[in-house]
Amino acid sequence: MFYMVIFMDFGEYEEFRRIFTSFKEYYKNSLKYINMSNTYYEPSDLRKFGNITEWNEELGEKFFDYYGSVFEEGALTAREKSLIALAVSHVVKCPYCIDAYTQDGLKRGITKEEMMEAVHAGAAIESGATLVHSVQMMNKYKKLSM
Amino acid sequence: MQLKSLKKRENELANAKRQLEILSNGIFQNEELPKFSTKLKVQNQFPLKPKTLEILQINVGYMCNQVCAHCHVDAGPDRKEIMTRETMQQCLDVIKETGAHTLDLTGGAPEMNPDFRWFVEEATKVGVKDVIVRSNLTIITANKKYNDLPEFFKKHKVHVISSMPHWTEGKTDQQRGDGVFNASIKALKMLNAVGYGMPNSELKLDLVYNPSGAFLPGDQAALEADFKKALFTNFEIQFHNLFSITNLPISRFLDYLIASENYEEYMYNLVEAFNPAAVDNVMCTNTLSVSWDGWLYDCDFNQMLGLKVDSSVEHIRNFNKEILSKRTICISQHCYGCTAGAGSSCQGTVA
Repeated sequence: MFYMVIFMDFGEYEEFRRIFTSFKEYYKNSLKYINMSNTYYEPSDLRKFGNITEWNEELGEKFFDYYGSVFEEGALTAREKSLIALAVSHVVKCPYCIDAYTQDGLKRGITKEEMMEAVHAGAAIESGATLVHSVQMMNKYKKLSM
Repeated sequence: MQLKSLKKRENELANAKRQLEILSNGIFQNEELPKFSTKLKVQNQFPLKPKTLEILQINVGYMCNQVCAHCHVDAGPDRKEIMTRETMQQCLDVIKETGAHTLDLTGGAPEMNPDFRWFVEEATKVGVKDVIVRSNLTIITANKKYNDLPEFFKKHKVHVISSMPHWTEGKTDQQRGDGVFNASIKALKMLNAVGYGMPNSELKLDLVYNPSGAFLPGDQAALEADFKKALFTNFEIQFHNLFSITNLPISRFLDYLIASENYEEYMYNLVEAFNPAAVDNVMCTNTLSVSWDGWLYDCDFNQMLGLKVDSSVEHIRNFNKEILSKRTICISQHCYGCTAGAGSSCQGTVA
C-alpha cells in the first residue's frame, strides 16, 4: 500500500484514503449486520449438531440412531471405537470431530500417548494412500519410456 | 501448580459470595442457559426436599498436606480451620439420636485433626455401621506418625475411600501435585498388605476418580475396569469399587475453569447432560454436611459456598431431626454437577 502512495500526488492520496476508509467501514458494518465471525468454523456450532434434524427430521434421526449404535460396545470396545474416531477425525480434518473425540478420550481415561499413536495410525494410512499411487506413476513412466 | 490456597493468596474466589455471583451471572443471567431451579421446575422436581437422613458427612478441618488443583474445599497446609473435640462430641450425640448408618469423615486430610483417632474410636462405640475416612493416601507416608494408619483403620474396620484421578503418574501429579502418584501407590500397597481392598475382604478400600480437567467423567464401570487392570498389572494393587465424581464448578476448580477459558463450555456440558433420574438420588437428599465449626449444610459443596441449611436449626448443637426434615434444600447452578449424566455423589454415580 505505501509503495502505491509514493507514486500519488496529494489529491490522489486523499481520494485513496477516502475510498480505503469507507471500504474499512463497510467491511466492519457488514460483519456487524450479518452477525458472523469471518471463519467457517465456529466451535459453539458443535453443540448445535442435533439441530440438523429440524430441516429433515426423518433422515436426521436415522443418522443419529445409526451414529449412536455404531459407538456402542460391540465386538470392539467403546474405548477402541473412540480412538478410531479420533484418528478418522484427523484424516477427514474435521475440527468439530477432533474437539469431540479428544474430550471423549479424556472422559474414558485415554492417555495423550494413546491419542497421538491413533493419529499417527491415521496419518500413516493417509500418506500410504498417497505413496501407493506412485506405483501407478512408476508403471506409467515405464510404459511410456523406451 | 499453586502451593497456596485461594484464601492465602487472597484470591477473590476465596469469597463464597463472589463464587455464587459468578454462578448466577453471564450465561445464566441472560438465560442462555436455564438456572438449576428453572430446570427443576420444568421437570416438576422443584423444590428439592430431604428424605431419610442416612449419612452424616463431617468435615473435620480444611488442613491438608496436599494442594490439589481441583479442590472444592480450597484445602492445604495453610488452612488452620480444625474441628474441636467438643464439636465432635456434639456430632456423636446426633448420630446416637438419628440412627444415621454412615459417618463420612472428610477434610482437608481428616487424619491431620489431632482428635481424629479419638473420634473414630468413639464413633465405632456408638454403633455407626459404616465409618468412612476420605483419605488422600499420601498422608499415610507423609510423616512417621501417620505410618500406622493402615493398622489403625483395620483395628476399627474403617472404610477407606481414596482419591486417584488416573492410573498414570503424569495425570495424577498434574492434578494433585508432584510425587503424589508414587506416594499414593506406596500407601495403597500398605493398605493391601493389611488386607484392605483384597477380594472378599471386609476391609473396604474404594477409590474416587475425579477428571483431571474440564471434562466430565466417563462410564464408572468402564473406568473401574481400566483402573483395576492397570493398577494390578503395574503394581499388583487391588481395591473394591471406583466412584467417579464430577468436578463441581466451585472454589479452585472454578478458578481453573475461568483462568483456562473453559467455564462456559463446561457449564454447557453440565446442563446438556442434565438427567432427571439423577435428581431423585442426589446426595443432599440423604446426607447432612457438618463444617469444622459445627454449622449444618445440605452438602459439602454448599458448605464451601457458605449456603447453610434453610432451617431454624443451623448448628449441630441445636440438632432437631423433625425440624430439619421439613427444610428445602439450597441450590444454585453448581448443582448441575451432581445431576449430569449418571449423576455424581460422594458414593459415585446415582442414576
